[in-house]
Amino acid sequence: MASPPLPWLNPAVLVGGLAPLALLAVQGAQGTLGPNVIEAVLNQTGLLALVFLVGSLACTPLKLLFGWTWPIRVRKLVGLMAFGYAVLHFLTYAVADQGLALRPILEDITKRKFIAVGLIALVLLVPLAVTSTNAAVRRLGFPAWKRLHRLGYLAAALGVIHFVWRVKQDVTEPFIYGAVLTVLLGIRAVEAVRKRRRTREAPRPA
Amino acid sequence: MPDNKVPEPPSSEITPEKSYLRRRELIKNAGLFVGTAGVVGGGLYLLGMKRTHPMDQFVPDGGGLPTLPAAQAQGPSSYDTDEPRTPFADITTYNNFYEFGLDKNDPARHAHILKTRPWSVVIDGEVAKPQTVDIDQILSWFSLEERVYRMRCVEAWSMVIPWHGFPLGELIKRVEPTSRAKYVAFTTLMDPEQMPGQKRHVLDWPYVEGLRMDEAMHPLTILAVGLYGKTLPNQNGAPLRLVVPWKYGFKGLKSIVKITLTEQQPPTTWNLAKPSEYGFYANVNPEVDHPRWSQATERRVGEYRRRPTLPFNGYAEQVASLYTGMDLRENY
Repeated sequence: MASPPLPWLNPAVLVGGLAPLALLAVQGAQGTLGPNVIEAVLNQTGLLALVFLVGSLACTPLKLLFGWTWPIRVRKLVGLMAFGYAVLHFLTYAVADQGLALRPILEDITKRKFIAVGLIALVLLVPLAVTSTNAAVRRLGFPAWKRLHRLGYLAAALGVIHFVWRVKQDVTEPFIYGAVLTVLLGIRAVEAVRKRRRTREAPRPA
Repeated sequence: MPDNKVPEPPSSEITPEKSYLRRRELIKNAGLFVGTAGVVGGGLYLLGMKRTHPMDQFVPDGGGLPTLPAAQAQGPSSYDTDEPRTPFADITTYNNFYEFGLDKNDPARHAHILKTRPWSVVIDGEVAKPQTVDIDQILSWFSLEERVYRMRCVEAWSMVIPWHGFPLGELIKRVEPTSRAKYVAFTTLMDPEQMPGQKRHVLDWPYVEGLRMDEAMHPLTILAVGLYGKTLPNQNGAPLRLVVPWKYGFKGLKSIVKITLTEQQPPTTWNLAKPSEYGFYANVNPEVDHPRWSQATERRVGEYRRRPTLPFNGYAEQVASLYTGMDLRENY
């Protein structure tokens, strides 16, 4: 009879997180996404992917700072939402924007570093999404799983660079995401140093 | 004790304590679910979705704008394209006019605070008759023509716009350029109170642009004061803007207050901001990519499929000769 703690949390994040997608669909159907629909969908899905990716990387630092455990309970879902929006972002580019024309897409990837960097970020997220199940954690063993999932930081950093290089002139917004990511990484770095010092200072067995 | 005590419900109808607590928990959880979903959805909306806010209530149908005197009845000019025209609502809600904000629909939201009357334009530099002239005076000098031009933005989208205006060359002839006049420099209004985007140093304000003299005198080059037969909406550069249809849209600066004829090539805003990405010439050229994206194709606003971009935006026949012998890769 004991329900899991915070049974409402994951469903709520799922519904709230999919709300922008529903809004995009409604606005798209109503024709109120502005004159350049594909651009609007590209920008929104890309931004949502980055927001969720940074959000998934905020869970552990939040726990370290405030002792909260609820962020860890939504981390998997938040990470998978990031992956989902990143895939939608890529599909919008490849199918809607480029019409699956292979040559221009390959040219974009090889000639334009902002597209290459975005694609690398998406590819890095694939193994993380695949190993997001509890069974995968057990199979890999927790330490190996944890090491693998540090790729999330690299993917997020590449996502920020992708954003910075895409913007025409004003880089304020991507720099804000970069700053948040730096703070999150910093909190983990401080914790890692502290942990190592603790281990070193611990009395050694005789 | 009084005899009229309220009858107690039979004990069989009393909710067991367990399910009473359960129901309270269910209600609490439902509340937390709705609250959390709302916070997550609302946060995401504030971070990005507000940019796709429907523009209906801002879309001017042009009804409120004064109608311009009918364009000369000389029929369509030989420069007109007969491609389908981009709808008025799209032309007036999808603008790059950083003086009013960075998002495409910011100008439509904010440009109404710009006062376009009274408005005077300084014409000076290498001219025999330098003067400061009122916009209505300028309008009285010329009969307006309709020109249906393709507009190709450097961001790889395009429109077809029925402008109303007059050839820039006519205005320049009127002020009698001297023999030293080699270039024409233009300046947009500088007034952060009316153009709040100028409070942020996104670009070097005011916006400046320039043309070579032969480009400025070319009959395709016009100063526009209207579109779709109506006075130019503020977000499109009222009361006076430059239109050079074979160049990327950023050459067409808006809300002009100064036109100076010069001997030296004048500085231009986007070239100052990112010299490796935006040149002085900025001729539409599918062969020369922007460093960060291809210029080979474009999306006509309102269409889904990309279409090939034409050299000089389809005006090569008229203007390619201006650049014979020039390396257009060097002079992008």
